[in-house]
Amino acid sequence: MKPAILIDKITKTYPGKQAVMALDNVSLQIGEGELFGLIGPDGAGKTSLFRILTTLLLADSGSAMVEGLDVVKDFRKIRDQIGYMPGKFSLYPDLTVEENLRFFADVFNTTVEANYESIKDIYVQIEPFKKRRAGKLSGGMKQKLALCCALIHKPTVLFLDEPTTGVDPVSRKEFWEMLRKLKEQGITIFVSTPYMDEAALCDRIALIQSGKILSVDTPRDVVEAFPYQLYAVRADNNYRLLTHLKRQENVELAYISGEFLHLIFKKEGFRIDFPYLEMKPIKPTIEDCFIQLMNR
Amino acid sequence: MKQFFSFFKKEVYHITRDKLTLSIMLSLPVVLLLVLGYAISTDIKNVPFVVLDETKSILSLQLVEKLSQNKYFELAGYLHSSSEIESHFQKGDTKLALVIPSSFNSDMLLSEAAIQVIVDASNPNEASTIANYAQLMIQQYMQTQARGQAPLAPIRTEVKMLYNPQMESTYNMVPGIIGLLMILICALMTSVSVVREKEMGTMEILLSSPLRPTTIIIAKALPYLIVGLIDNVLVIALAHFVLGVPIAGNLFLVFFLAFLFTFCALALGLLISTITDTQRSAMIASGAGLMLPTMLMSGIIFPISSMPDILQWISCINPARWFVAAIRDVMIRGVGLVEIWEELLILLGMTVFLIALSIRKFKNRL
Repeated sequence: MKPAILIDKITKTYPGKQAVMALDNVSLQIGEGELFGLIGPDGAGKTSLFRILTTLLLADSGSAMVEGLDVVKDFRKIRDQIGYMPGKFSLYPDLTVEENLRFFADVFNTTVEANYESIKDIYVQIEPFKKRRAGKLSGGMKQKLALCCALIHKPTVLFLDEPTTGVDPVSRKEFWEMLRKLKEQGITIFVSTPYMDEAALCDRIALIQSGKILSVDTPRDVVEAFPYQLYAVRADNNYRLLTHLKRQENVELAYISGEFLHLIFKKEGFRIDFPYLEMKPIKPTIEDCFIQLMNR
Repeated sequence: MKQFFSFFKKEVYHITRDKLTLSIMLSLPVVLLLVLGYAISTDIKNVPFVVLDETKSILSLQLVEKLSQNKYFELAGYLHSSSEIESHFQKGDTKLALVIPSSFNSDMLLSEAAIQVIVDASNPNEASTIANYAQLMIQQYMQTQARGQAPLAPIRTEVKMLYNPQMESTYNMVPGIIGLLMILICALMTSVSVVREKEMGTMEILLSSPLRPTTIIIAKALPYLIVGLIDNVLVIALAHFVLGVPIAGNLFLVFFLAFLFTFCALALGLLISTITDTQRSAMIASGAGLMLPTMLMSGIIFPISSMPDILQWISCINPARWFVAAIRDVMIRGVGLVEIWEELLILLGMTVFLIALSIRKFKNRL
């Protein structure tokens, strides 16, 4: 697989009274046409990595290539061919849908007509509102328009920084379906998200925490690499059960997950004494993997 | 070029769709000019004055009486020595001091008598009115005296303007308003409009696109330049036709200076937008950093010559100082290019420097 994005030992620190290390020796390879997810909580360093790759920020050390072009030396060439949707991107609220789209087409030296095919699937959904000001669109609509604007110049690599944050569940689902279709067109997509459930929709994922990459694999392999048996437990008082479990010597990890507590033992074969205890072995999710890796 | 026009069109949409801001930008010159234009012609009433009477004669008493018995002036007291004059002025309890020399009585009977009228000219407009009224009163007194008895010698009044000896003209306001407006529209509005893109996150897209920083800057600045130029024409036309301010010098030169300063203000605005990240800080920087020096340190309100030396030096780096000095000379004194080449050159140099600096400082990355 030819890499579309190559990240080699990137480190980035923000100076200040308390210097913050946003990225710590990060290395990744993203193949051509891959739908790659960067999964991590807020403040993990996702946006910093996106800004370095989109030539907006300079790394302290390390190097990165996008489509074989160096992000520092060849930044102008990269800017011609990537699509980028920043996290807080909100378009121009006082411009109509159509005006926003035409503006970005012009900025990228192309026209809406010339590239209509590549955005058609998404644009038809918002076309009925093309005379409406972007500020008056719903969150999901805005997201679709933003994606159209990022796609209007037929980018070969698409960077989407938390595109579904603040979007309702239905629109989120639709959005990921659109990404699937874009992937079929051969576009490399690098997407970040704090939502673990979205990770399963990517070809491969990287888990990131405090600027460090914890794991890189397909969603299935990440889950299969989970080294423990996971249990879901529940009692009539989950809070007291949690404090009880945390005191047990043989409990590696216990945390709340919905109406159950998830539990990992250091060694198998122990029993827990607690009134009305309900316990069953379960398969881990990406979130469980993340928590386990984080606490390692 | 297509990128540029598209960007320009977008900026025009931003401006024209924000109806409130647009109407403020276009009506502000009218409002400012009318408010300040009528404020400068205010009448005086009950102005306190002090008298240093060194003759203490019937004639001098009559003169003081004449001055104090009308609605314009009010006697605040007699002084004993000339050293008290200054302290009264500084306390602010008097605006006018009348000095009647010891020879007044005899001079009046013999030849020409002289009295001194000292006016606090820290507010030049008020001072000139006070001086005029005082002189008028003294003339009237002289005439009543002449009617009654044997003709007396004429009184020569000697007016001394304290704190502002040049007595800057009331028409000074017009160049000042142009300066203020340009700072407001070109500097403040431009810096806010650039910083808004940073705040909204659209700057991230623009920077990661093939757009060049120079294109962004010029397309951002051009619409405000046009509004600024319209305002220039509006102010000068209103001042001339409505308020009757004479334009003594070359009209072309007046407009050239105004346009040059507009560019300068624009460059300052762009510079501010490169060093600030929020609309609020951009507004504060242009308000405190540009508006105040333009008002206070350019000679619009307080004459430069009456400032302490340090402030005079600081005012040299204020482009508004050179602009006000030059346009005032052309508009009111009617001088030509030869007399103002120094100010013009300094202003031109500053403008070129600021534009170059703001383009250089406009970052290619975040």
